[in-house]
Amino acid sequence: MKNLLLLGDEAIAQAALDAGLSGMYAYPGTPSTEIMEYIQSSEQAEERNVHREWSANEKTAMEAALGMSYCGKRAMVAMKHVGLNVAADPFINSAMTGVNGGLIVVSADDPSMHSSQNEQDSRFYAKFANVPCFEPSDQQEAYEMIFDAFELSEKYKLPVLFRITTRLAHSRASVSLREPMPEKKLSLPADPVQFVLLPAIARKKYKYLIDAFEKLRYEIRLSKYNSFKDGSNRDMGIIACGIAYNYLIENIGSSNHEYPVLKLSGYPFPKDLIKDITGRCKSVLILEEGAPMVEESLRGLLDDGIKIYGRMDGTVPRDGELNPTIVAKSLGMETSFGSEVPSLVKSRPPSFCKGCGHADMFNALIDALKFYKTGSVFADIGCYTLGALPPYNSINSCVDMGASVTMAVGAADAGLFPSVSVIGDSTFTHSGMTGLLDAVVKGSSVTIIISDNSTTGMTGGQDSHATGRLEQICSGLGVDEKHIRLIIPLRKNHEENVLIMREEFEHRGVSVIIAQRECIQTATKKKRAVTSNR
Amino acid sequence: MKTDIIISGVGGQGILSIAATIGLAAVANKLYLKQSEVHGMSQRGGDVQSHFRLSDKPIASDLIPYGKADIIISVEPMESLRYLPWLSKNGWIVTNSVPMVNIPDYPAAEDIINEIKKIKNHIIIDADSIAKEAGSSKAGNIVILGAASPFIQMPYSSLEDAIRKLFGKKGEEIVEINLKALKAGREASGK
Repeated sequence: MKNLLLLGDEAIAQAALDAGLSGMYAYPGTPSTEIMEYIQSSEQAEERNVHREWSANEKTAMEAALGMSYCGKRAMVAMKHVGLNVAADPFINSAMTGVNGGLIVVSADDPSMHSSQNEQDSRFYAKFANVPCFEPSDQQEAYEMIFDAFELSEKYKLPVLFRITTRLAHSRASVSLREPMPEKKLSLPADPVQFVLLPAIARKKYKYLIDAFEKLRYEIRLSKYNSFKDGSNRDMGIIACGIAYNYLIENIGSSNHEYPVLKLSGYPFPKDLIKDITGRCKSVLILEEGAPMVEESLRGLLDDGIKIYGRMDGTVPRDGELNPTIVAKSLGMETSFGSEVPSLVKSRPPSFCKGCGHADMFNALIDALKFYKTGSVFADIGCYTLGALPPYNSINSCVDMGASVTMAVGAADAGLFPSVSVIGDSTFTHSGMTGLLDAVVKGSSVTIIISDNSTTGMTGGQDSHATGRLEQICSGLGVDEKHIRLIIPLRKNHEENVLIMREEFEHRGVSVIIAQRECIQTATKKKRAVTSNR
Repeated sequence: MKTDIIISGVGGQGILSIAATIGLAAVANKLYLKQSEVHGMSQRGGDVQSHFRLSDKPIASDLIPYGKADIIISVEPMESLRYLPWLSKNGWIVTNSVPMVNIPDYPAAEDIINEIKKIKNHIIIDADSIAKEAGSSKAGNIVILGAASPFIQMPYSSLEDAIRKLFGKKGEEIVEINLKALKAGREASGK
């Protein structure tokens, strides 16, 4: 069979295509972006015309995927872990409606926060919603699991959560592929009110959901990924979840290991499985990437049972990504170390590219704010968050997608003047528009700077829904056209831009300044594409 | 056979092309590999690294344990030092000598070189000049790969084949420049 060298993200994408995917939905977010990108550049997807366009945000992506599933076709939606917060409403309720065609929700967690604002563990969401969860340990397993996840989803009529972490998402290995399957035909749900969550219907559906979740513990398509291997030393047993299993095997080898080992990659699992370890060992070490979820449930509130080692007692660090050295230490094994990093090595944080419009926008903003007290700039999620770093040091918040607009509104309510929001174009159409509507309706004194680089920059330059639509959107939402100002953030326009910003700060009402200059990365890419086509 | 490699540099210096070249060669030699990459925020001019593991047996961890890397291949001198905790006692540093200065507190270049020289096994070459001579200043990454090639346990010709495959789409001229850069780097390593 064919082998391909694939990132974990790409293995998931390829598996979904081979499993007869009809629609892929996503909003870019590290470390999940490459799933959609792979499908967008796949010839297989093009031949079949698989739906593969970005959505405005994770919520709209999730809902569109549910609509595809309603029609009996297989759909997948992918997002970074915090994206699942945005999509939480449709996600939780899709467990209540159930699905028709198989539906997989991929959530890519980012322990150690390489490119994120927190390290929340998506496995909790699966439990919260009462849906099955797969957590692959490597690229090949991720590929295989997608087929089972679709089958399982269709058998129980439930969405499936597919949880990966940064390391698997962005690590490449050889993956052997299966024969592709055809897509499902359009067929509507047998029960016409399956998707109608009126209370009377929802109550019945919730009983089914609770019941189904218990049955899932004994479902072969999940349990085949949970395996127990006995060992001779009963002083300690080891439970390793997802990718943590690889770090364990790196240290103890895949065969003839001393300790009994339980690999967990499918949730929920039955009590008996845990008893394989707790029934024969004096203690248990739990290795999991992310939060101590399995550990917490094994300890319970009283924690008066078998001796447990893990993240909660400090055997493994409480936060951050695992690695083979951390796991070796938790096993009491000897570890090696090269040498300390010499003190002359300085940190090299990411920075604005040469020729970036955000940088010129910030330079103007800094000068415009010189006449006011500091502490009035609410920013958002994107490249422009780098405005927090020297030499700019010019933003005071970065919380979640769209929060710059609404935090500025709240701060203006509290009497802050000026109250300024800095938000990117793609972030604005993701979650900033509704906040702007709040501001318009209340007549808030806020200045919203949309730093429009006409792309989704931080994740590598995906198309932005905002491109060419910002002025219309803002005036459509009710912003006075006199206070929708267009500027070009270039050094030569600096004085003029500072002046415009100051004018709009002084306006008692909603102002929007669109600072429009294409991202230097995407502009260069386009230029290159044009040259090579000649 | 097992080779654990850390490839390092600054976002935009082409470390993923180095990884992709070794990766293609590894597949052609039927070796197992795992290659962990950095995408996202740190790409913007920040420090980037790739853990590259090659073996004739299956590989478990995507990450190299501390103290186990056989080679640090670095396109930037200060970045080669950032990964010393991973370098094994007998490991090699193969690095470009030309600094990429995009931070205000970048140390003196000669202090960095002296620090690298403290590591027993090191190769320091001016990859930028060698690349320019080979035909393109952009091929510094491939020069460094060439300099590291004696320590990667694969036939040299398989790296050449990989370059043909990787750069083939960009035209014969680019392929030739990179093959020249690879060879010049290998010669400069003195191995």
